[in-house]
Amino acid sequence: MSTDTDIRPAASDADRPGAIKAVPVRHPGRWVAIAIIAVLVAMLVHLLVTNKAFDWDFVFQAMNQKPVINGFLKGTLLVTALSMVVGVVGGVILAVMRLSDNPILSGVAWVFTWFFRSIPRYILLFTMGTLGILFQQGISFGVPFDWKIIDWLGLSGDWRFYTLDANQLFTGLVAGVIGLGLSEAAYMAEIARAGILSVDKGQAEAAQALGMSSGKVMRRVVLPQAMRVIVPPTGNETIAMLKDTSLLLAVPVLGELFYQLQSIGSTYYKTFPIAVAATLYYLAATSVLMVGQYFLERHFGRGFGTQAPRAARPAGAGGA
Amino acid sequence: MTAAAAAEPAQPVAQPLVHAVNVTKSFHHNEVLKGIDLDVDRGQVVCLLGPSGSGKTTFLRCINQLESIDGGRIWVDGDLMGYADRDGKLYRLKNKEIAAQRREIGMVFQRFNLFPHMTAIGNVAEAPIQVRGESKKTARARAQELLDRVGLGDRCTSYPAQLSGGQQQRVAIARALAMQPKLMLFDEPTSALDPELVGEVLAVMRELAEDGMTMIVVTHEMEFAREVADTVVFMDAGVVVESGRPADVLGNPQHQRTKTFLTRLRSEHEHP
Repeated sequence: MSTDTDIRPAASDADRPGAIKAVPVRHPGRWVAIAIIAVLVAMLVHLLVTNKAFDWDFVFQAMNQKPVINGFLKGTLLVTALSMVVGVVGGVILAVMRLSDNPILSGVAWVFTWFFRSIPRYILLFTMGTLGILFQQGISFGVPFDWKIIDWLGLSGDWRFYTLDANQLFTGLVAGVIGLGLSEAAYMAEIARAGILSVDKGQAEAAQALGMSSGKVMRRVVLPQAMRVIVPPTGNETIAMLKDTSLLLAVPVLGELFYQLQSIGSTYYKTFPIAVAATLYYLAATSVLMVGQYFLERHFGRGFGTQAPRAARPAGAGGA
Repeated sequence: MTAAAAAEPAQPVAQPLVHAVNVTKSFHHNEVLKGIDLDVDRGQVVCLLGPSGSGKTTFLRCINQLESIDGGRIWVDGDLMGYADRDGKLYRLKNKEIAAQRREIGMVFQRFNLFPHMTAIGNVAEAPIQVRGESKKTARARAQELLDRVGLGDRCTSYPAQLSGGQQQRVAIARALAMQPKLMLFDEPTSALDPELVGEVLAVMRELAEDGMTMIVVTHEMEFAREVADTVVFMDAGVVVESGRPADVLGNPQHQRTKTFLTRLRSEHEHP
């Protein structure tokens, strides 16, 4: 037994070394680096302030135009939000399908992921914009193959309850959201699958042993823990999506931020300030997203210490 | 009882709570259980002993269908586990029906398996709310009582990572008790604990046994088996080698394999 030898001797003993007061290691390299970077920053600020090409007045004026603000709010923020909702919900469903025992569901999820990951987003969005040509009669909800059945039964009329105009559906923001959302779902499916697989099997077993149905096991126990793994890459995906909304021009969505800025730029023959204006918008939006991600991660990380060994070790609390 | 049914292993009239007959189970052609018979009466505590790989844990998991069995039958309180028997023909139960059977059986795991994203009280109240549809208020009040009972009334809002192993295991016991099970299964509940934390968990289990809970415990704690168990079952290589009162099996084992195992365990205990 080693416990006896661990007991600290009385501190009063005068020969024993006390608290440490040592000279810290010097870091001259840091000071050199600071000096170099300070000079570079000064040069950059000087460039930003004095170079006429920036034309800051024009930049802010352009950013303040109504169509540009609308383009940012609807084309960028709204489409990002909606596409990510479609993507995350679709991705989680696909991941659960992919991991299910049902070979049909699993196969369908695989094919979906294969298809939508294979197509470049720009081309997918372009295709979405032209998809109306497939459905000249519109898209109807009702009995499938109703005209055949009606023919066969010798009846007339149709069994359709509601018809959408496809040419209207596959234009503008809706086509953009469908295209970006489906594409995103394919990527999110892989992220969600990794998250689900990262949860210890014992967790599902414990939930099953309590009599939970498999749906409850997934929703209450596995997914909340998978979120811890899913959220960081999803933040990444959201930021990527924010920037991919600039591809909406392929649909085409003319209300999109960069298109609106460009049309102002070409009217006034000022190309560079327009690029600066777009950069500022995307910088601002990304910064806000990063703050949001921090809070999401904190929420889903609850119960996991940063060191996070799952079991056994008492975290400061001590025994009984 | 018809002649056809008599040929089948059938449920006797005066039922024990758990009645297992000729249970077999293989993993990839490796037969882990080779015909296990076990009866556990209401209020009894049965300890399963045996070397690792003897099939104790697998058998325990078969009882609540975490593993499906390949042969034999297991009844718990008259219910055939995992199957419906209609006129001698077996139909596999749906997942939902198996989940319903599990509700009445509590299980405590070696690695605790607490839900790390929920507080202690959240862990205990989860199943009553989600499975039995109790109101949050009632479930949490009962969860508080159960945590008091396992001596953790003051740690309700702690997350599992903030608790010691022994505390986590006690929460896990409270979580299983929250479903008011008629049977508790313990799968090496103290094996993952530091030695000084084993006692607190065994104390809770001892109390539970005194309150009349029917328990099947896979364990290496000889002291616990000797003092608490009504029956000790010694398993090796997928069969029950011998079973009986603890004093007989532990004090005067009849089989060489039991003797060897107990001798080795004792020597490990004395010279760790």
